[in-house]
Amino acid sequence: MEITLNHYLAVAAILFAIGLMGVIMRRNLIIIYMSLEIMLQAANLTFVAFSRFNGHLDGQVFVFFVITVAAAEVAVGLALIVALYRLKRTTQIQDLTSLKF
Amino acid sequence: MEQYVAWFLLIAPLAAAIAILLHLHRKAEMAIFASIGSAALCFLIAVAVAFGEIPAPTPFEWISLPGLNVDIGMIFDPLSKGMLLVVTGVGLLIHIYSYGYMAHDPSKGRFFGGLSIFMFSMTGITLADNLIEMFLFWEGVGLSSYLLIGFWYEKESAAKAANKAFVCNRLADFGFMIGILTFWFLMGTVSVQPDQLQPIYQQNALPMFGSTGDHPSTTPTAPDSPATHQRIAPNALLLTIMVIGLFCGCVGKSAMFPLHVWLPDAMEGPTPVSALIHAATMVAAGVYMLCRVYPLLLLSEMGMFLIACIGCFTAIFAALIAVQQNDIKRILAYSTLSQLGYMVMAVGCGGPDAAMFHLTTHAFFKALLFLAAGSVIHALHDEQDIWKMGGLWNKIPLTFATFAIGMLALSGVPPFAGFWSKDYLLSAAYARNPAFYAVGVVTAGLTAFYMTRLVIVAFFGPARTPAAEHPHESPKVMTIPLILLAILSVIGGFIGLETYYHDWAQTLPTLERPLGAVASPANFFIESVVPLFFVVLGLGSAYALYWNCKTDPLDIKILAGKFYFDEFYDRQIVGGQQMTARFLNWIDSWILDGLIIRGAAYVSVGIGEIFRLFQTGSLQGYAFLFSLGGIILIYFTLFAH
Repeated sequence: MEITLNHYLAVAAILFAIGLMGVIMRRNLIIIYMSLEIMLQAANLTFVAFSRFNGHLDGQVFVFFVITVAAAEVAVGLALIVALYRLKRTTQIQDLTSLKF
Repeated sequence: MEQYVAWFLLIAPLAAAIAILLHLHRKAEMAIFASIGSAALCFLIAVAVAFGEIPAPTPFEWISLPGLNVDIGMIFDPLSKGMLLVVTGVGLLIHIYSYGYMAHDPSKGRFFGGLSIFMFSMTGITLADNLIEMFLFWEGVGLSSYLLIGFWYEKESAAKAANKAFVCNRLADFGFMIGILTFWFLMGTVSVQPDQLQPIYQQNALPMFGSTGDHPSTTPTAPDSPATHQRIAPNALLLTIMVIGLFCGCVGKSAMFPLHVWLPDAMEGPTPVSALIHAATMVAAGVYMLCRVYPLLLLSEMGMFLIACIGCFTAIFAALIAVQQNDIKRILAYSTLSQLGYMVMAVGCGGPDAAMFHLTTHAFFKALLFLAAGSVIHALHDEQDIWKMGGLWNKIPLTFATFAIGMLALSGVPPFAGFWSKDYLLSAAYARNPAFYAVGVVTAGLTAFYMTRLVIVAFFGPARTPAAEHPHESPKVMTIPLILLAILSVIGGFIGLETYYHDWAQTLPTLERPLGAVASPANFFIESVVPLFFVVLGLGSAYALYWNCKTDPLDIKILAGKFYFDEFYDRQIVGGQQMTARFLNWIDSWILDGLIIRGAAYVSVGIGEIFRLFQTGSLQGYAFLFSLGGIILIYFTLFAH
């Protein structure tokens, strides 16, 4: 069986769905953060797949940028989570509901 | 140069008023000098205008629209010249008198400023050559009247009286404005130049009176005047509306029934003001205006009849009230109302010359009476109740003498001025309808009665209060105007005023059809003997009743209560207005504010209340909704079509 673009896209969609489910359903902020990264990688995978099957490298270049930005974002995001933990002594999402009316 | 002289009639008092307003009101002597000086200048120019050869100045264009031309100009005809002399002459005397009367008032600068505004506006009314210009000055005298009635504004009654006068006048001016607009609508002009009114009258009189047989003056060869372009064919109804509208202005300014209530209250102002504005000149402006537009009044028979009726009713109605008043100035105020009623009746009966003659003599003797009353009040340290006076005749002889002359002139005792003008007026009424004449004669008797009562109670008998025992005669600056006015009141009937106004009236169209009854010319008996009989009756009965009385032997509640018109207005009109106001307030606070404004606010607040429920603070809830939204968006973009 030949591997086509659709297979890649299906894997990316599954990855994205897993990430989304993680963001929506998990309780720990760090896990949610990891799920976010999974969603990001799903996007990266589509970029690479399209790049490969369309035959030019723009998508690949994009992926490098995305990975770089994601690394920076992880640094900022983890720092925020640490700061939040210091403040609230928890990283459980159900305890962090003070931003409401 | 000559044609600019007349403008100073307006410029001088205006300049004085502005100077006082801006700068001089704190420098009383300078203000008085400016005000009296401007009045004197006005009088001199008025004399020059009346007896000299000063031409009317070229009018300058003020509003020029297609179909409406309003100039600021002047009319110099016998009517306006006569009125001008009265206004400036009496005005000047009262300015001088005020110098003495107001000597101790701390804000006399303001007072003289008000007088100057008045002189400016009144001269303007007198000379105005169109109704719009007249209306402007008309409002000007209303303003000055308001300012001067409320001169002692710290007194609540004075402030209220000023408001009352202003509101009554505004009410009437609304009608006046309708009259002016109807006039413009019908005639296509607002000019009241005599030579323009004549063709208007002739062109409109024809359809009004039907056949031409009894109207030699209304031949169809009326000259074309520029006034007649794009004119709507007048009909009887519109002409009547016009006449009644114009008369409305007179009802307010001349305090005719049913708006008479403001004039007695206006006596709260300083006495010179009562004399100048509320007796001699301003209140006569209504009558003057009617005489000015007299040819137009003739276009509506019904309007004329209404004018005569209102005048006649006011005359006797006010005279009855005056019989039971105790305040010296209020008696004179009701007497003014009554005399104004006479004049209006004369206009309505087709005798504008009689009205103007009486207006002139009345200005003399009523100004005299008020000034003399002011002198009495001054002598008794602001005592106005005649029952607290008494025995003054030999203590302040000059005031008494002049007051007595004024009283005799007002009562119509020969040979004083009032006798001649009243007789002339009554004969004009008789020529129209004997019913008016009868009421007029009875009013003459009542006038003699209440004036005799006033003189006997105030000047004779024992002094009834300590203040009345030691009065002091007024200074010369006050008595000299009294003497001059007294002289005028004596000779007013002999100086040719009657022929003067009669000659003027010859130039006017006459009302030939009698109102109701058959007209017959008055003879000597009707004109003089019958009124004189009633006058003597009034004098005699007042003497019999009041000589040596300590309290009022008559006690007629309804007259003392002024027929309860103030109370009636208070309850019905003010009360009704209050109810309307409350209803409107209810609409405002509940419908407008409550439903529409606050309602809209509450709706958005309520919607906000609902939507804030989505703001749970749950991060994952947001994420879920966000992704749901994303999915829906994608679904619609990709698959929905």
